[in-house]
Amino acid sequence: MRATAAEETQSGWLVLLCLAAWAVPGAGHLWLGRRSKGLIFLVTLPLMFAIGLALQGRLFPFDLREWLVGLAAFADLGIGVPYFVAGALGYGNGDVRAVTYEYGNAFLIVAGLLNLLVVIDAYDVALGRK
Amino acid sequence: MQSHILLMTLFAFFVSLVFAVIAKDDWHDQLRFGGMMFGGFLVSALVLGWLMYPFPL
Repeated sequence: MRATAAEETQSGWLVLLCLAAWAVPGAGHLWLGRRSKGLIFLVTLPLMFAIGLALQGRLFPFDLREWLVGLAAFADLGIGVPYFVAGALGYGNGDVRAVTYEYGNAFLIVAGLLNLLVVIDAYDVALGRK
Repeated sequence: MQSHILLMTLFAFFVSLVFAVIAKDDWHDQLRFGGMMFGGFLVSALVLGWLMYPFPL
């Protein structure tokens, strides 16, 4: 059965919300009026990402021949716009010789994954489930 | 900063904070939930570390 115009508008709006929530951590919650949550995510997640870069972590390439590298790349991308900003500024090359390299990778990967979780939460809030 | 325990604590703090804010709405609940998660992270990391201590590299 074809979706009604209202349903199509709603789904379009949800897609836009999720994109915004992915691109800017916390933007989805701010858009939905959950100001304190949105601000916490807006500060915490990019900060975690920045710490990962400072710890000499690596933004992994999308090398699908090595599936773990590909997964790590997908997780890194989860943080949204900060990923592209870091790349443009030349950060994220990683230094495997650094003592903090693996911690840096952990911070980068988990920051991205947590943002994806935040996107899902924003979606649930938008649907009225929370 | 190159201290493992400090970096681990920092990591646990961030993860606990985000999970607590996602899972709970009232700040009292967030504080309790996040605090328990943070404590759990630290305790389990210390326990697992000591359990692995006898084993060779």
